[in-house]
Amino acid sequence: MMRRPVDLGDPDRLYTVTGGRSRADDEKFDLVTLVVSECRPSPGMQSEHVRILELCRHPIAVVEISAELRLPITVVRILLSDLLSTGRITARHPRVARSHVDLPDSTLLEEVLHGLRNL
Amino acid sequence: MDSAISELPARTPLADSAETGLKIVVVGGFGVGKTTLVRSVSEIRPLNTEEVMTQAGVGVDDPAGLTAKTTTTVAFDFGRISLNDRMVLYLFGAPGQERFWFLWDGLFSGTLGAVVLVDTRRMSDSWYAIDRLEHHRTPFVVAVNRFDGDHPVFSLEEIRQALSLPAQVPLIECDARVRSSGKHVLISLVDHLHELARAREMTP
Ligand SMILES: Nc1nc2c(ncn2[C@@H]2O[C@H](COP(=O)(O)OP(=O)(O)OP(=O)(O)O)[C@@H](O)[C@H]2O)c(=O)[nH]1
Ligand SMILES: [Mg+2]
Repeated sequence: MMRRPVDLGDPDRLYTVTGGRSRADDEKFDLVTLVVSECRPSPGMQSEHVRILELCRHPIAVVEISAELRLPITVVRILLSDLLSTGRITARHPRVARSHVDLPDSTLLEEVLHGLRNL
Repeated sequence: MDSAISELPARTPLADSAETGLKIVVVGGFGVGKTTLVRSVSEIRPLNTEEVMTQAGVGVDDPAGLTAKTTTTVAFDFGRISLNDRMVLYLFGAPGQERFWFLWDGLFSGTLGAVVLVDTRRMSDSWYAIDRLEHHRTPFVVAVNRFDGDHPVFSLEEIRQALSLPAQVPLIECDARVRSSGKHVLISLVDHLHELARAREMTP
């Protein structure tokens, strides 16, 4: 398979997309946080925000948004923070803690096993 | 055997009831079959994305980066398995080389566990990944992707020795192109995780 790099485009554009910020509150959005839009895009909205709201009409993971928009995870997290803080999206965070010592419990793993066996 | 080369749909939406995302990471050297394994079990065609890391000084990959600082790009692909109407498992195929591990904490913390994919013609390619996983205390299984005409054929015991794998780490064979085989790899990992969880839960 050919690796298709995400087109970062011109750095100035990225700067514009993110309003010049370089970090989002990373803790809020995991790669597999599922995002759902709470409203339709409105006129005058930034085009990336419009695309995200359209993608999130059904739940979609942060990493899928990144792939669809061809923007790095960091940039997507910043865009999502904007939408979250204005109530335009909601986020369903993963249950498994973001810590290496907090391992998932056996009940959750049994559900995973059951799902895999049914594939 | 079922074929993995059947057509996968482009991105289809998740169920509206989906609420819990889970992750499993497949690591291994270049060309070891990571993307093939992800594709064989995924319900969508594998997608590709990147993360950009800003860093001071080390590993100059992208001199025309976003800022004056050094930026490094790490690409990875992923697939998806809807386990039930609430839980969805994301499977990431990630290169095991050094710069990737800079991102481990940021992207793959909270992963259920990892699959180390090994090609016996280049076993040393997986040493680093195994080392890092042990260091991060991420539970993992090792899957040997048997390429056709793999000569000589090492036994699993020989492979275990070559990788200095402790006895408790499951070591299995697979054919990454075959869906049932990929599924077996995932089940072996989750079985292993389940055993670890049970053992932990029994300890007061
Ligand atoms: N004969 C054989 N070929 C395989 C097997 N698994 C993968 N391949 C082939 O090996 C090549 C590399 O597989 P990929 O899945 O792209 O490997 P990868 O680890 O994703 O590679 P990179 O992302 O480039 O590091 C492809 O041409 C596959 O079709 C296998 O079990 N047997
Ligand atoms: Mg690949």
